[in-house]
Amino acid sequence: MTTTTPSAPTRARPYRGTKVRRQRVRAAWTFLAPMLVALALVAGWPLLRTFYFSLTDGTLSTLGDASFIGLENYLVYDDGAWYGLLTDPMWWRSVWNTLFFAVVSVSLEVVFGVIVALILNVEFRGRMLVRAAVLIPWAIPTIVSAKMWAWMLNDQFGIINHLLMTLGIIDAPIAWTASATYSMWAVILVDVWKTIPFVALLALAALQMLPKDCYEAAEVDGIHPVRVFFKVTLPLITPALMVAVIFRLLDALRVFDVIYVLTSNASSTMTMSIYARQQLVEFQDVGYGSAASTLLFLIIALATVAYLYLGRNRLQLGGD
Amino acid sequence: MASVTLDKVNKVFGHTPIIKDVDLDIGDGEFVVFVGPSGCGKSTLLRLIAGLESISDGELSIAGQVVNDLPPRERGVGMVFQSYALYPHMTVYENMAFGLKLAKTAKETIHERVMATARILQLEELLERKPKALSGGQRQRVAMGRAMAREPRILLFDEPLSNLDASLRVQMRNEIARLHQRLGSTMIYVTHDQVEAMTLADKIVVLNAGRVEQVGTPHELYQRPATRFVAGFIGSPTMNFLPATLVTGNDAGCRVRAAGIGELALPQDTAQQVAGEALTLGVRPEHLRLAEAAGDNAFEIVNVEYLGNEVYVYLEPKAGETLLIHRSEAPSPWRVGQKVALVPDPEQVHLFDAGDRALGVATARAVA
Repeated sequence: MTTTTPSAPTRARPYRGTKVRRQRVRAAWTFLAPMLVALALVAGWPLLRTFYFSLTDGTLSTLGDASFIGLENYLVYDDGAWYGLLTDPMWWRSVWNTLFFAVVSVSLEVVFGVIVALILNVEFRGRMLVRAAVLIPWAIPTIVSAKMWAWMLNDQFGIINHLLMTLGIIDAPIAWTASATYSMWAVILVDVWKTIPFVALLALAALQMLPKDCYEAAEVDGIHPVRVFFKVTLPLITPALMVAVIFRLLDALRVFDVIYVLTSNASSTMTMSIYARQQLVEFQDVGYGSAASTLLFLIIALATVAYLYLGRNRLQLGGD
Repeated sequence: MASVTLDKVNKVFGHTPIIKDVDLDIGDGEFVVFVGPSGCGKSTLLRLIAGLESISDGELSIAGQVVNDLPPRERGVGMVFQSYALYPHMTVYENMAFGLKLAKTAKETIHERVMATARILQLEELLERKPKALSGGQRQRVAMGRAMAREPRILLFDEPLSNLDASLRVQMRNEIARLHQRLGSTMIYVTHDQVEAMTLADKIVVLNAGRVEQVGTPHELYQRPATRFVAGFIGSPTMNFLPATLVTGNDAGCRVRAAGIGELALPQDTAQQVAGEALTLGVRPEHLRLAEAAGDNAFEIVNVEYLGNEVYVYLEPKAGETLLIHRSEAPSPWRVGQKVALVPDPEQVHLFDAGDRALGVATARAVA
């Protein structure tokens, strides 16, 4: 008898364990449910609707009578020639513009963001003030800052042309936002100006987490500061930079506002979002525009997956 | 390997003086321990030698060369940090090789040096691991390895064992001592633990509030503490202090009276003192004898601690709040509540003047 009594609680224990686990799972779902419902309503449903519309010939005025036309918005062979979004050179131009904009602007933002973060990480008088001031471009709504820059870049009255001409760098005013040569760079400049604070803030947070004694050890060992930056600082803040890059990349791939305000529908700066909006709103072609939106979604998803896959080791480093 | 000389070295942070007029000679190959309570400036002194902090005033020389304005890398020092300060993203091998790569050392030389160091510290199995996959003791060894691999003239240790648990601390203490015997290089070691100081040092520097209280061998510091502070800091359990008055004395010895003990004949030279002057009597717990007693002069036993090999008996003091301690080999006949008389061994009693300076033993006696 005495030998059986101790085994009774051992039998009961796993049962109690599963009960607790079941309760936890239930609690987790309860907390997750509102978020899942909200996501399904504001993200899932529109996405599915857009995908559905991309398979129809709907227009803004005839949304109700839209009929299913399969993949014809994407690609169709008709009368000896290919038609559809995938054959539209303007679409591919937009894709290229978007990727170019995203890669160049995010790269510049990371480089300058890290430089700003390194400066802010140094102890100096008035550091708090400078930190707050650096955040201002990020705090201004994009439309406002884009409008502001549009004025500054204005070919006739803009201060930038005025300054450059006074300094003798250029002879005649440049139409920054209208010229096919400069408009993309003007747009990148404004985006970089606006988003450096974001990257700088993330990088600064990472810098302040760094173990100070490692730097003292490097100092005693006589390692050159530049080498310490590339061999110690940069690898250690990489996880934070990876996060900054993915945030920025997602933003840049769907860029709309800054470009639309600065250059409107100009083809030299047209991005996927602007292309989709033009088809949907200006040309009223909901089916075609939705197809562009769907492809835009797929490209962003693809870029994200590729980035996460390539960066998986670096990101894991930060998880430790 | 090199000697280190400090001449009137001062360090001021803002307006707060941290290191005050420190003079120190550290010989080539010596193992010197800076010891003192937290905030006494011992770590700052080490960082001054390393070059991580600049000297406000005075002169610091390494191997005869003044290094006040030299950056750390030109001082030829290696440092082991309390927190180990390992580069978290590098393997053990990379951690040790990182400091070597700069010196334009050939690849084979780097590899040889890292491997040689790893062999000494038994790190060969761990070379491919990252610091997070190591135990505290292993990290400690890597930190030492990194400092040693550069073959510095002086090895500096900043409380290297304080993040380890007690048993590992004893083990690493032994390893450091053996390392010093083997390398023979000059080592400067900072700790707040007097046991580490006593066991490791050729020479101990006791610091208090930015000043050097006393420099000496562990034996000198234990036998002849120069001040009451040193007397209380070195030795465990700590020395008992009793208020006393000088009855009579000259340069050949003296008689003092202490509450609860009565009059004692001591060998200290009190030629500079006057009768009736207030002194402090210092007796180590191991230099006391207890005898059964009764009446006003008896001390009451308030606690008895049994440690297996020895027994600590705690006594209610006549003045102040610090309990007096008696230490003897186990077993001990004493029980809580018993009344006892204190019988100090006159040869082992220390006497401090009103300024807490130790009074020297009369020379006449010392010769005899």
